[in-house]
Amino acid sequence: MGEFLSRALRHKSFVAGGLLTALLIGLAALSLAWTPHPPAEIDIANKLAPPSATHWLGTDSLGRDIVSQLLVGARNSIIVGLVAVGIGLAIGVALGCIASARRGWLEEAIMRASDFTFAFPALLSAIMLTAIYGPGLLMSIVAIGIFNVPVFARLTRGAANAVWAREYVLAARAAGKGGWRITLDHVLPNIASVLIVQATVSFATAILAEAALSYLGLGTQPPQPSWGRMLNEAQTLMFQAPMLAVYPGVAIVLSVLGLNLIGDGLRDLLDPKLARRR
Amino acid sequence: MLVFLLKRLAALLATLAVASVVVFAVLELLPGNAAEVILGDTATPESLAALQARLGLDRPPLERYRDWVGELLQGRTARSISYDTPTSELIAERLQVTLPLAVMAMLLTVVLALTLGVYAAARHNTLADVGVMAGSQLGIAIPNFWFAILLILLFAVHLQWVSAGGFPGWSADDGGGLWEGLKALILPAIALALVQAAILARMTRSAVLEVMREDFVRTARAKGLSRRQVLLRHVLRNAMIPVITVMGLQFANLITGTIVVENVFVLPGIGRLVFQAISNRDLVVVRDVVMLLAAVVVIVNFVVDVLYAVVDPRLRQHG
Repeated sequence: MGEFLSRALRHKSFVAGGLLTALLIGLAALSLAWTPHPPAEIDIANKLAPPSATHWLGTDSLGRDIVSQLLVGARNSIIVGLVAVGIGLAIGVALGCIASARRGWLEEAIMRASDFTFAFPALLSAIMLTAIYGPGLLMSIVAIGIFNVPVFARLTRGAANAVWAREYVLAARAAGKGGWRITLDHVLPNIASVLIVQATVSFATAILAEAALSYLGLGTQPPQPSWGRMLNEAQTLMFQAPMLAVYPGVAIVLSVLGLNLIGDGLRDLLDPKLARRR
Repeated sequence: MLVFLLKRLAALLATLAVASVVVFAVLELLPGNAAEVILGDTATPESLAALQARLGLDRPPLERYRDWVGELLQGRTARSISYDTPTSELIAERLQVTLPLAVMAMLLTVVLALTLGVYAAARHNTLADVGVMAGSQLGIAIPNFWFAILLILLFAVHLQWVSAGGFPGWSADDGGGLWEGLKALILPAIALALVQAAILARMTRSAVLEVMREDFVRTARAKGLSRRQVLLRHVLRNAMIPVITVMGLQFANLITGTIVVENVFVLPGIGRLVFQAISNRDLVVVRDVVMLLAAVVVIVNFVVDVLYAVVDPRLRQHG
């Protein structure tokens, strides 16, 4: 662990990604306890105010404080990312492990179902769900989560199959261990690193997808602030207040960049062979 | 190769069939029924009954599914609730914007990505390589719709070279024309291409680097071929195998990406159509457009599988 940490701290992109992600989590956590102003507080007299000591990045068309909205938006992004990736991990890893442990027709059925789910990118699922149940944060989380399931199922099955072919698994079987015991004791611990790397990348993708859905009005709904919706509102004011269209975008880019850099760093740190090839 | 093709074709048809069942089940067998969703809570029983009859909701679901698929196969579709036009006509009209946009974006993606990827690989571990990698890392993190807004800010708001959105049409009679139409699609295509190009450039770079370490590359160099000749004649051709796979997946991303970017630029394409259909609760349009987009994703993946086997004959055996 100590050796891993010292290698991690020498990995430039991992450190940069870690700092950006720590900033994202820190700001989201801060917003639970404090924001400069209530994020939904409307102050028409102060609408489209430029940056000042009171409003550090100014205000929007309803006089709401931009910094406060960005802070609460960070919280929303993290919630969507965590839950959507959690759905993908829980269902996808379970399906991948079952496919790998049972093989045969069950594996074939699970993998074909995964292939099929790829026909519905998150945006298409979200369009179908919102057409029926109406837009909202929950629908966007479900849509992104569903899309993550086959991603994790395929990855788990591929990595787990490689573990099942190893000698120590053969020894465990000879010792009388059953499929589930081997999966829990040997397969999962050995594929955890691959899953962690994918989880960080999927987290970043979930933030991007949530922002796109909210931008289209299919995700987070008012008065809850969201980076995507802030961009949608800013687009109508591009001639009067162009910077309003810049801040939320920068927040999205830094968050996604941070998570992607962590993902790249972890991949290098957990698989040194790959790192040498890159 | 024939067995491989037939197997893949069977998988394609099965996936399309399952996709149609899911789309139908999600959008037609919803809690309550489609007429209630479309008309909302305030609808009178008479208007509900009329719409149910028009949508054929009084018939068994299996019969409705069979009719829908049967009509789709014959190129006939139901009438949109809000436009009162067959959805096939609406889709065909909107594809005149979406298809050229997706093709332009894909072309831009391929040109940018191959150039940058090969350039970075040829200058491995130099400042140029680091620059391309850093730029592509940033490109992957930029949401296409935000990049689209930035392009509008620069080219429409500051420089005022182009309009902030809209589409003049391809025909001079409508006040548009070929050049005007292409001009309106340039910024959306760039916005769509940036992220895709960033991903593909990284993929191209690592694929080229991988092939450059192969023995046959060393042999080709020893034979006296120049670095450039080896790169273009031997390396690039072999490196294309993984690149083609990613390109296929990216085309599917591009198609869904157009939904967002068309809304940024207010382009009358498929994305705008489905978005307006959601606002109007026009489930007939949503159903047919979602089915079309899912079919495009599946068919593109099929084409990629086949291309992959053409480029790499070993895959045909594994089928």
